[in-house]
Amino acid sequence: MDDGALVLIEIGALILGIGLLARLAARLGISPIPLILIGGLAFGKGGLLPITQGAEFIEIGAEIGVILLLLLLGIEYSPTELIGSLRRSRMAGLIDMLLNAVPGALVGFLLGWGPVGAMALGGITWVTSSGVAAKMLHDLGRLTNRETPVVLSIVVIEDLAMAFYLPILTALLVRMDLGGGTLSVLIALAVVSVILYIALRHSATVSRLVWSRSAEVLLFSVLGLALLVSGLAAQAHVSAAVGAFLVGIAISGPVAAHAERVLTPLRDLFASVFFLFFGLSTDPRDLVPMLIPAVALALATMATKILTGYLAARSAGIGEAGRWRAGLALTPRGEFSIVIAGLAVAGGLDRSLAALATAYVLITIIAGPLLSRIPDTRRFARWTKRIQADRRARLASASSS
Amino acid sequence: MPAHVERAELPGIGVRHDINTEAGRRLSIINFRDGGRELAISDEDDPDRAEGTLALTDDEATALSEVLGGSLILTQMAGLRDQLAGLHMEQIPMRADSPFVGRPLGDTKARTRTRCSIVAIVRDDGVLPSPSPQDVLDAGDSLIVVGTREGLDKLVRIINGG
Repeated sequence: MDDGALVLIEIGALILGIGLLARLAARLGISPIPLILIGGLAFGKGGLLPITQGAEFIEIGAEIGVILLLLLLGIEYSPTELIGSLRRSRMAGLIDMLLNAVPGALVGFLLGWGPVGAMALGGITWVTSSGVAAKMLHDLGRLTNRETPVVLSIVVIEDLAMAFYLPILTALLVRMDLGGGTLSVLIALAVVSVILYIALRHSATVSRLVWSRSAEVLLFSVLGLALLVSGLAAQAHVSAAVGAFLVGIAISGPVAAHAERVLTPLRDLFASVFFLFFGLSTDPRDLVPMLIPAVALALATMATKILTGYLAARSAGIGEAGRWRAGLALTPRGEFSIVIAGLAVAGGLDRSLAALATAYVLITIIAGPLLSRIPDTRRFARWTKRIQADRRARLASASSS
Repeated sequence: MPAHVERAELPGIGVRHDINTEAGRRLSIINFRDGGRELAISDEDDPDRAEGTLALTDDEATALSEVLGGSLILTQMAGLRDQLAGLHMEQIPMRADSPFVGRPLGDTKARTRTRCSIVAIVRDDGVLPSPSPQDVLDAGDSLIVVGTREGLDKLVRIINGG
C-alpha cells in the first residue's frame, strides 16, 4: 500500500472513530472529551494499535486545535463582559486561584517536578472547564438560577487569568529556572498587556478590519489573523494559544456572532484532534503509577472548588442549596488543563505530568457533572432547608438578645 | 407601579432579565446569543433555583409579547402619574435572604447611600407610613421608596445584599 493511501485510511478511521465516540457521549449525556482521551490512549504509544503515517497531520491538527479552542473562547466573551466580571468578582477569582492552584502546586513539588512543574500542575487544577460547566448549567435548566452569574463570572475570570498564566508558564519553560526566567516573563507580560489593551479598547476597529458579509471571506480573515498572531506570539515565547485568545477577545459584536458560526465546526474538528493527539502521545503505562496521585488530587481539588463556589455564592447572598450548586458546577476540569499539560510536556517537563493530567481530567470531567445533579434531589433540598432554618433561628436569637 | 427589572449578563451565553412579581415569585427571561429564548419561574421552596424552564421559538415569543403588549401600555399610562421629573416610586420586596431581615431600617442607610426616601413599609397586617430608623424589617415586607432611577437600582442591590 502506498503512503498517500495509508494516510487517508488512518485519518479517516480516526475521525470516524471520534464521530462514534461523540455519538456515544451524546447518548450518555456527557462531554465527548473524556471518551476521545481514552480513545487516544488506546491507540497511541504503547497502546493497542500505534499510528504511523497520519502522525504528522495529527500533530499539526492538534496545534491548530488549541488555537481554535482559545480563539472561540475569546470570541464568546465580549470586552464588556470580561471587564464586568472582573469588577464584580475579583475577590472570588482570587480565592478561586488560591484554593485550587495551591493543592496542585504542592503535589507538583511532592512528585519532584520542581517549581515550573509545580506551576504547571497548579494551573491544571486551577481552571474549571468553561465549556463543560456552561453546557451542564444549560442541560440542568440552571441558567435562570440566581447563583449562575456567580459561577459564570468565576469561569470568565479564570479564562482571562490564563491570558497571563500561559505566557508566564511558557517563558519559564524556555528558561526552566525562576531566576533567569524573570526577564522573559516580564517581556511576555508586557506583550500580553499591550495586546489585551488593544483588544479591550479598540475591539471595534479590529472587528471592522476583518468584517465581511461573505462567510467565506470572514472565515479566511479571522482564521488567518488568529494563526498569524499565534505564530508571532509563539515566536516571542508568549504561547500561541494566548495570541489566539486575545484575537478572539478583540473580535466583538456582529462580527463575533458570524465568526462564531463559521468557525465552530472547524473548532470541533481540530479540538477533537487535539484531545486525540494528547491521548495518543500519553503512554498508558505511565498512567498506572500516576493513578493514586490523580485520584487524591481530584478529590482534594473538587472539594476546594466546591468551597470556592460555596463562598462566592454566599457573599452574593445566595441560599444554602444554591451555594452547593455553584460549588459543584465548578468541579469539572477539561480543555485548559489539557492545554497546560500539553504545553508543559512539549516544553520538556516530565512525561508523567501528561499521564497525571489525563487521569485527573478524566476523573473530574466525569464525576463533576454527575455530582452536580445531587442538589436537585429531594433529600438534598430537605437537608439544605433545615440548615437554612437553623441559621435563621440562630441569627434571630442573636439579634433579639 | 412599574415593576423592577434586573438585568444580568451571562458571559458567553446571553442576557437574563428578572422580574420579581408582587406575589413573591421571580420570572426570568433569557435571551441567548444565538437567538433562542427561555422563560423560567423561580421555585417557591428555594427562590434561587428555577422550578421549570420553557424554551420559546421566535414566533411564540412574538405571540407572547403581543398578548402582553396591550396590558403593558395601560400599565405604562398609569405609571406616568408617579414619575415627576426623573423621580420614580418603587416597591422593593424584602427577600428572606436579605441581610436586613430582623434589623432596623436605619441599618440600610438608604437615604445617605442612595438619596432615596423610604416613605412606607407595607406588611401583611397593613401599611406603616413614614417609618422611623428604629422600625425593624421583616421578610415579606415591601419598602415603598421614592428616588432617582439610579438610586432605586442601587438600593435594590443593597437590600438584596449585593
